[in-house]
Parts: sequence; C-alpha cells; structure tokens
Amino acid sequence: MKISPGGVIRDMGSTVNTKTGGWRSERPVIDNDKCIECGSCWIFCPDSSIIVTTSGNRRTYSVNLDFCKGCGICANECPSAAIKMILEEK
Amino acid sequence: MASWDIMHGSRAVAEAVRLADVDVIAAYPITPQTHIVEDTAKMVADGDIRAEYVKVESEHSAMSVVIAASGTGARTFTATASQGLALMWEMLFVASGMRLPVVMVNANRALSAPISIWNDQQDSIASRDVGWIQLYVETNQEALDTTLMAYRIAEDAGVQLPVMVCMDGFVLTHTVEPVEVPDEEQVSKFLPKFKPQQYLDPKDPMALGPIAFPNVYTELRAMQQQAMDGAMSVIEKVNDEFSAVFNRSYGNGLVEEFKTEDAEVIIVTLGSVAGTIKDVIDERGDSKVGLLRIKSFRPLPEDEIRRALKGAKVVGVIEKDVSIGLGKGALASEVRDVMYGSGDSKILSFIAGLGGRDITLDSVRGVIDTCEKALSEDVETVHWVDLKTE
Repeated sequence: MKISPGGVIRDMGSTVNTKTGGWRSERPVIDNDKCIECGSCWIFCPDSSIIVTTSGNRRTYSVNLDFCKGCGICANECPSAAIKMILEEK
Repeated sequence: MASWDIMHGSRAVAEAVRLADVDVIAAYPITPQTHIVEDTAKMVADGDIRAEYVKVESEHSAMSVVIAASGTGARTFTATASQGLALMWEMLFVASGMRLPVVMVNANRALSAPISIWNDQQDSIASRDVGWIQLYVETNQEALDTTLMAYRIAEDAGVQLPVMVCMDGFVLTHTVEPVEVPDEEQVSKFLPKFKPQQYLDPKDPMALGPIAFPNVYTELRAMQQQAMDGAMSVIEKVNDEFSAVFNRSYGNGLVEEFKTEDAEVIIVTLGSVAGTIKDVIDERGDSKVGLLRIKSFRPLPEDEIRRALKGAKVVGVIEKDVSIGLGKGALASEVRDVMYGSGDSKILSFIAGLGGRDITLDSVRGVIDTCEKALSEDVETVHWVDLKTE
C-alpha cells in the first residue's frame, strides 16, 4: 500500500473499503408488513445504511449491515413501529 | 535596494513577511508578539503586502485558518506567544501531521500561572514534540533572515513541515537594533513563488486530513521523522544559499560555534542570550571557554552537537525553561542523551531567565565559574541561576 505524505487520499470514495458495521451492538430488523414506505428511516439514517429497492410501485427497505452501527435512529423515527432493534449476539 | 534601518525585532519580522510575499495571514495579538500583528496588518491595509488578512477570535482559530489556507496551496504566516501557543496546541499537531509548510513566529514568553508577560522559552520548549521545525534566533537581523529561510525549508519538496521561528519576547521583539532589509528582487530570487506539491483543487479532488486506521498511523509518524531527518541537510543548504545571496549566515544553519575549538568548558544555549555569553567569553581573553548555540532545536542536530562538544571536559547548558519533575532543563537532558556513550564530559544544567529575569553578564560569569570548578571537583548537576533562597 502506498502512503502519501500527510495521509492525503487521492483515491476518492475509499471509505467504502473500511467496513465499520462491526462497531454495532444492536441491529435494526424491518417488518415489511408494517412498513408504510414513508422513507423516514432512509432520511434519518446518519450512515446512509438504509437500502431502498423499488419493484413496480412497491418500495422495500433493508439495512446495509456493513456500515450500520446500530444507533437506533431509524427505529426511533419509524412512524409505524416497523423497525425493532435486536441485540447482536455471538 | 537593500536598506539599513534601526528597528524592533517585531518590525524586522514584518519586513520578512512582506518580502516573502505571503498569501494569507491570520493572527491574534498577544504580548509580546503584538507589533508583528499590527505591522503586518498595516502593510496589508496599505497594499504593501498583497495578502488576505484574516482577523480571528483566538489563536486556535488563527492556526486553523493558516492550516486551511496552506491546504489550498497558499503561502501562510502567523505569529503567537505563550498562552496563544498553548491554545494552538492541538492544531500544531494538525499542521505538521498534514505536512503543511506553515511558518509561524513565536515571541517566546513565560506561561501562567503565575501570570507573566515576560520572556522565557518554556512555551516553545513545551511544544517540542508537535512535529514542527523549531529555529531559535539571536538577533533581530537573524529573526528577519530566518523567517525568509523558514519558507524555503518548510516548502522544500522533501521536507513539507511547518516551521516555528522562536525569538525572545521583549529581548528581541521590543528592542531596536540595526537591521538590513534585503532587496525585494534578491529575495524573490532566493525565495520564488510557492509551488505546492499537493493542494486542494476541485478539478483534481483529494482528501486532506482523513482518519488513519492503526494499519497506517505508525507509518505516517515515521514519515514525519524521516522528513525531519532530511530537513537537517536542507537547513544547511538554505543557510549556504542565503549566505551566497545576502552575504550573511548563521553557523551552518543548525548550530553556531563560538571559540569551541580548544575550549575545555563549552556553554550550550538557545536564542538571544548567546550574545551576552559571547561578550563574557570575549572579555576573558583566553581560549578555555566556548559557546555552542543551537539554532535548530527540532530537528536536533545530534551529530553536530556531538562533534562540537567532543573535546569539552565540562558542558554547561543555560536555558530558559525547566521540566518540572525531571528537575532540569529540557535541552540539558537532550544534550546528555546525545552525548551518551561518547566521552565522559560533565553535563551541567543551568536554569536561568525564567519569567523575564535578566541573565546578566554576572549571571553568565557565575555559570562559567561553576563549570570551571567542575573541571577539578564534584559540583551539583543542576543549578537555578540567581535563585533567591530567602
């Protein structure tokens, strides 16, 4: 690996190479039956870890566990209580 | 044309900033650096310096501004002292860690508490590990010249480190001396426009100051040390080139030796007190006592110090700082470290001139007496010069 003076990064967007999901102690689980597709979780996620999949006129939300740190903001903001935080266990 | 004038050390620094054609100045006034801020602000207002002058609310912000400006490839300047340097402290690491060629003049002043506006060198000595090059000057002329040289050193492709020019507060900043202000055209030959190695440019994006995980942090620190090692020869080269253009030089740029050749006692010091010590050595009229003035404290020129002190039986380090708890001056302990394993010279620490107490001719005579006594008998290794005991 080439390290440049001052730790300057020329290869932009390299943050995706460092998976930070391991810091998590709880993970969000989305109940798609309760979800009203409002997108609040996607809006509020501070780590851009909510993935939206569109199929026809139906939007499905899931979590990118490589970067989700389990902060619970999505669960807190969800107006239909469709997101539960589950303890990460070995 | 070069011109001679009688001026304060602060004015001499401001003239250097003007001649260096800096792009961005950000500073917060603090005694005894205030006149540098005032003079450079006036020069910008009068159009004598074509620079952006950023007035800030603290020294922390002053350093943050010059770091950001330097990141865009600007030539930058700031100045501070004492509490101001202390307030900048976390940003000092950022400037050096990002390898930005910021140049700063520190008007050496004692730290609170108890509050003191007067001179000692505890402020910059306590910042010895922040990754900045530190150059200590003896005269107002040297303050001007070293500020110009500092840009050449900092901006050298192999160095890319910030430089702190340390000048004794009041002793130099507020004292008038004859100073030759160099010719602008000659300066632009010696110090051309800054061509940064890398800088923030929207057309060619880069991330400056990102997080470093444990897999690279050690390597980045080691690279800073390598740059410091490399800076040693750059400082010598710049001193030589300055001499070729302006016919003035300061030792070899790293250290200055004064009558050290046959000396059995060598005094070691930093900064303006070297002048007083030279006078005392001169009045003796013998060759038994010499002086080694360390100009570059960071990087510390170990080989030069070892070579200069090789023949000395007693080395007396006079310095305006003390490492409380270590019980001696920081420079004395570093000189001892450098001399470890080479010869058996006695190395004595003289703590002097704290909080503005004058180091007089008599103070220096007393130090030399103690060193000469140490030639034939055991003496204490640490001395608080002119300490009142009751």
